[in-house]
Amino acid sequence: MDFEPKIVAFVCNWCTYAGADLTGTSRIKYATNVRIIRFPCTGRIDFMLILKAFAQGADGVIVSGCHPNDCHYTSGNFHARRRWIAFKDLSEFMGIDMERIQFSWVSAAEGAKWAEVVNTTVAKVRQLGPYTAYHEMAAAGIM
Amino acid sequence: MDVLKTRAQELLASGTVQTVIGYGQGSNGRSRALFAQTPQAAETLIWDDTCQQNLATYLFKPEIRQKGKAAIVAPLPVLRSVLQLASENQVHDGDLIVLGVNGGELTEMATLQEMEAHVAGRDLSLDARDHARLQELDAMSLKERWQFWQEEVARCFKCYACRAACPMCYCSRCTVECNQPQWVPVPAHQLGNWEWHMMRAMHLAGRCVSCGACGRACPLDIPIHLLTIKMEESIFQEFGIRAGARAKAENALSSFRAEDKEQFII
Amino acid sequence: MENKTIQHTQLLALLRKIQENERRLIAPQRKGNQVHFQPAGAVEEIPFDYIQTALSAKSVLFPPVEELMRYHQDENGVQIDERNPDLLPETVAFGLRPCDAAAVTYITRQFTGDKPDLLFRRRLEKTTFVTVSCARADADCFCTSVGVSPGDTRGSDLLLTPLGGESYLAEVVTVKGEALVALAPELFAPAAAVKKEEHLAQVPRQFDLEVLRGKLDKAFDSPFWEETSLRCLGCGACTYVCPVCSCFDIQDEGSHKQGMRLRCWDSCGSSLFTLHASGHNPRHVQSERWRQRMMHKFSYMPEQLQVPGCVGCGRCLRACPADMNLIEQAQACIAAV
Repeated sequence: MDFEPKIVAFVCNWCTYAGADLTGTSRIKYATNVRIIRFPCTGRIDFMLILKAFAQGADGVIVSGCHPNDCHYTSGNFHARRRWIAFKDLSEFMGIDMERIQFSWVSAAEGAKWAEVVNTTVAKVRQLGPYTAYHEMAAAGIM
Repeated sequence: MDVLKTRAQELLASGTVQTVIGYGQGSNGRSRALFAQTPQAAETLIWDDTCQQNLATYLFKPEIRQKGKAAIVAPLPVLRSVLQLASENQVHDGDLIVLGVNGGELTEMATLQEMEAHVAGRDLSLDARDHARLQELDAMSLKERWQFWQEEVARCFKCYACRAACPMCYCSRCTVECNQPQWVPVPAHQLGNWEWHMMRAMHLAGRCVSCGACGRACPLDIPIHLLTIKMEESIFQEFGIRAGARAKAENALSSFRAEDKEQFII
Repeated sequence: MENKTIQHTQLLALLRKIQENERRLIAPQRKGNQVHFQPAGAVEEIPFDYIQTALSAKSVLFPPVEELMRYHQDENGVQIDERNPDLLPETVAFGLRPCDAAAVTYITRQFTGDKPDLLFRRRLEKTTFVTVSCARADADCFCTSVGVSPGDTRGSDLLLTPLGGESYLAEVVTVKGEALVALAPELFAPAAAVKKEEHLAQVPRQFDLEVLRGKLDKAFDSPFWEETSLRCLGCGACTYVCPVCSCFDIQDEGSHKQGMRLRCWDSCGSSLFTLHASGHNPRHVQSERWRQRMMHKFSYMPEQLQVPGCVGCGRCLRACPADMNLIEQAQACIAAV
């Protein structure tokens, strides 16, 4: 059976979620591997959520929200950006495969962009294969 | 260090402070924290290479707070911890007298401004050994680093000595102790250990003063201080913020600038 | 069975035989500056020139994380899959010190009440302990202060005492020890008369256990506890490295669809250990938690289980980031109370 990656997408309600909706209403077809989880704002996305997605079997993660200066809550995405920069540095230092995590700004008008972000991520993660190293860790150390 | 003992004794005798938090002779080549409440007790204060513990962590202990105003013997990391705590509103002007020690020199600081001025003149770069280890890790491939940290973290048994030794971990209820939901797993299985160490590093990002107390406290010699030190270097490189330098400073992950730059968000 | 002797090379051959016999061999292994108990690889790599391991071997019987049961939901409802203790591996734990082996007998009392702890009991039944007496001790060791000796046989199935040169006295203490010898009897030789005590470390007594207990019985309200515990950070390092400490927590992990129930180590040093659902915490400051540690080990356990909660292995002294030093604490208690 060919490997189909499981991708979890953490997106903000006002921009990316609406954008994903537009992708649908525009009848743009895109990879079905993604499970979208809606947040009020990227500022609410805890870095641990990304780790938990991997621990529960995800092979890739997308985190997406409003472009800088367009946040519905003014500055949530600025805080998120800082957090992602720090998290990326830590994750790389600890050996987490950052190729499996895609951060993006997708606005409510960017239906086509959402499809592109998903398709690119799915293709990349399909190439990388299942994230077995992380999944195995999640089950280890219990006697 | 005689000048330190004398000054500590003066501060206690005059009633300026009720406790001097410093270092004393420990057992079997170790030193330990000392809480001198009388001039006689202050006679046993020491200052040498064995004095590595970050004493600032004791500033939050109720049994010590209730003794009254304290003076704290402060090598540079302890001084930076006090400043960082001040920037987080945990220490206020006039709360403490800091007895800065550097080699054989004593610098007494009673105000946050004095502490800031003193730190401004000091070299805040990393300990050479820590720097070398970070470089060694940075030079590894991603897979090698994953392997390294997986092996190190496998030993962890969640004693939280790292948390206890760190002055910045002062939350009366730590995130791991919240169980609705249990966000960080309690058991010391591989995932529980992994998530704890990532959580700790993120919660200390921009706040760690690279004292290394966490790594020294670890009973299993896991070099977890490399995680928090790496974050301190990272935050400084990305955002120009140095922990423990100013009494009033923005917290790296609670603030932002519109000009924050990155290359990886599409 | 009478005492035997065994040469070092034959000992390694015996360990190899154990591995070939498909038993799990847990043995010391160097990791940086420390020595830890691990599933053994090549037996030649087992160190013999250290005083004490960083962690005790209690995880052989009482692992840091142990699965008690699993559950899952299917069309028939919730299914519970209890752990089958018969599937636990046959194990030989090599390289314990006599203090660690004595601790096995103490910890057994803690897990043996009116309801036997099935997993613990089965792990104990399936484990053979091969202990090595102490030829050396350091200033952190204090077994002789708590009723243990560097050549104590309690808890061991086979006790090896280094005799200088390359040979060991092999005391076959139990039936399990006999069975181990029977794996390769040709590796052993009969023992000539040996004065075992001459080959053991000298460990001076640091305090009187009975005097300490007497003092503790009166010390609950003493102001001594606050001053003596000022430097204690309230981590759990001492409890986790201790071969006798065995408090645990039960954690359920999973979703409505599937999950498991885990038993994991816990520490009375942690601030939440005695937090009630009402919000009241009878041990809400560290001094009270430190008092609990001393009381439990040297007053409550002797009363309830007829053994002290300490074997003097010294690991807590070596592990403590604040240098609390249990020996000094015991001496201070005797002097101050």
